[in-house]
Amino acid sequence: MLQTVLDAKPSEETIAARDTTLAAYHFMLRARQLDDKFAALYRAGKIHGGVFLGRGQEALSAAVGVSLKKTDVFAPLIRDAAGRLAFGETIEDAVRNYLGSALGPMRGRDGNVHRGKPLEGYFPMISHLGAMISVVNGALFARRMKGITGTVGATCLGDGATSTGAFHEALNQAAVEQLPLVLILADNQYAYSTPTSRQFVCADLADKAAGYGVAAHSVDGTDLAACLKTVGAAVGGARAGEGPQLVVAKLLRLCGHGEHDDSNYVDPKLKNSPLGRDCLKVAEELLVREKWADAADLARWRHEITGEIEEAVARVRREPAPDPYDEKWLAISSQHLTDLHDDDAGS
Amino acid sequence: MSITYLEAIREAQARALRDDPRVFIYGQDVGAFGGAFKATKNLAKEFPGRVLDSPISEDAMVGMAVGAAIEGLRPIIEMQFADFSIVGFNQIVNQAATLFWRTNVPCPITLRLPFGGTEGGGPFHSQSIESIYAHYPGLVVLTPATVEDAYSMLLEAVAIDDPVIFCEHKFLYYHLKAEKLPSEALPIGKARIAREGRDLTVVAYSAMVHEALEAAAELAGEGWEIEIVDLRSVKPLDTDTVMASVARTGRLLCVGEAWPWGGVTAEIIARVASEGFGLLDVPPQRLNAKDTPVPYHPNLWMAHRPTARAIAVAARKILRR
Ligand SMILES: Cc1ncc(C[n+]2csc(CCOP(=O)(O)OP(=O)(O)O)c2C)c(N)n1
Ligand SMILES: [Mg+2]
Repeated sequence: MLQTVLDAKPSEETIAARDTTLAAYHFMLRARQLDDKFAALYRAGKIHGGVFLGRGQEALSAAVGVSLKKTDVFAPLIRDAAGRLAFGETIEDAVRNYLGSALGPMRGRDGNVHRGKPLEGYFPMISHLGAMISVVNGALFARRMKGITGTVGATCLGDGATSTGAFHEALNQAAVEQLPLVLILADNQYAYSTPTSRQFVCADLADKAAGYGVAAHSVDGTDLAACLKTVGAAVGGARAGEGPQLVVAKLLRLCGHGEHDDSNYVDPKLKNSPLGRDCLKVAEELLVREKWADAADLARWRHEITGEIEEAVARVRREPAPDPYDEKWLAISSQHLTDLHDDDAGS
Repeated sequence: MSITYLEAIREAQARALRDDPRVFIYGQDVGAFGGAFKATKNLAKEFPGRVLDSPISEDAMVGMAVGAAIEGLRPIIEMQFADFSIVGFNQIVNQAATLFWRTNVPCPITLRLPFGGTEGGGPFHSQSIESIYAHYPGLVVLTPATVEDAYSMLLEAVAIDDPVIFCEHKFLYYHLKAEKLPSEALPIGKARIAREGRDLTVVAYSAMVHEALEAAAELAGEGWEIEIVDLRSVKPLDTDTVMASVARTGRLLCVGEAWPWGGVTAEIIARVASEGFGLLDVPPQRLNAKDTPVPYHPNLWMAHRPTARAIAVAARKILRR
């Protein structure tokens, strides 16, 4: 009897895996529920502009967020609600940016997924795909120049964005400078409506890494445990000075490109393939199988997060909107160099 | 001792590197080789690890500068020719130029663009593209016309907290000489009266200031006194100095080496027409390059860009009205 109990006592490694997995799962769940809320607000006409979800990509995104330290650099993309939360963004700030609150990180000047806090290493994406990679390179380069060691910079991209010149230039640049860059590619089979067959012809995007002389990692993006392991190894490699790391995760976008898109072009065969698995369900099965959580835990967590999100939305909706009369309408920081003339001032 | 416009640019960078440990230079061939025009000659040796060759990746060069600026450094990026900055256009106008406005985090980067025509430069090594950058909010666009300004404005460009497009004219690199480097300078944003006159205001910038000065000398022989305003900076644009000059002369000719459609000369005329219409005795005029790519052969090139002769011809037309 005693012997069985001792055998059942989990090793330190198992405890660490459990804690990390549970933490990542929590960020996945929060992201999923937050995304669902944004979709609902969008349908209710409460959001200015588009809504872009990370449904089906939460495992990968959360794995990136939990693998980073708060002192690292992270430039997420449109489907990274989970990674953003894991890197330290609050639900409140995410809501603020979607609702355009003046108290939000972008103060109503930019919206939805375009948000960040550069001075906290959390870089706000511009829309132009591929453009954030070299910016992360620059931050890593600067830190090296300042003698700061042990920093990693991660940024996320889709399969379609690998066709940009910016992707090529920046990955090559990171390799030339041997920067601790982790480039996460979510190969979700589509770029808006365009299938990968119209985007590239190599067998696997991971094949591209060899051409740049960077390390490649492939992973099943629907499998949280695998994502944690692979992304963790890539981040570890970059941190250990092994140069840029390319992680390619295969998965399927389980939503439209944005909430305006019914994605009727998605091949049903893909939906029914292993790629089409919902990573959240896969993660929940893992938690239950490992006895790290049971159905009651899962239901309770859902309930708690729903409350948290509802509260955040209710709070943020009472926050001030940006006021055009208070706005400085000034795009440079050198106030003495402003180029206002009567025409601008008068309108 | 004398110093050229190009040497002034090198000296300004040396001083910036010496005075401020946050400054570094990144660009194609800028390291041991010293740059295509030798604007960074010996700097890699003097400042080890701070003057670095980049791959031929204008987009990534500018992106890298923005990331480094966020981390508190003050990068100087050398574009080998202004014409190639277009490959990095996205990062310049969408990344660098929007950062402060979007996030309140300043973006102190200096982009050096060797620009403008020289004999034999041809369509892709001669362009004057200051106005497309000036069009975008969030950028400061400088066009020094003198050795002194090349030096002092480059230092100021590195010191200010915003992305600066520093348009250095290749034609002036070797032609223009000064006795010594300046110890004081007009601040950025102030235009300079390069020559005083009462009959006509010619507004010019960069190499065109010198063409205008030559034209003014020719016209002086005919009894005309031409006032020349050297803009120095096209953004911000010193409308006040232009307006004050037009108030004195009642006549305006704007000269730019860039293409005519839109652009700096059009902007000045628009401002003077809308805010100083009553100051004008005759309709304001402008003179630009022809609306074609920049030609290769000197015969064509000389006819494509405004020259002293063309400026004098245009000026006479205005003066005789
Ligand atoms: C340079 C650029 N071109 C076009 C677009 C418009 N656009 C936004 S997202 C998108 C599809 C991106 O596909 P992918 O990279 O696979 O990412 P995913 O949306 O699948 O996550 C396109 C074409 C853009 N944002 N940037
Ligand atoms: Mg895709």
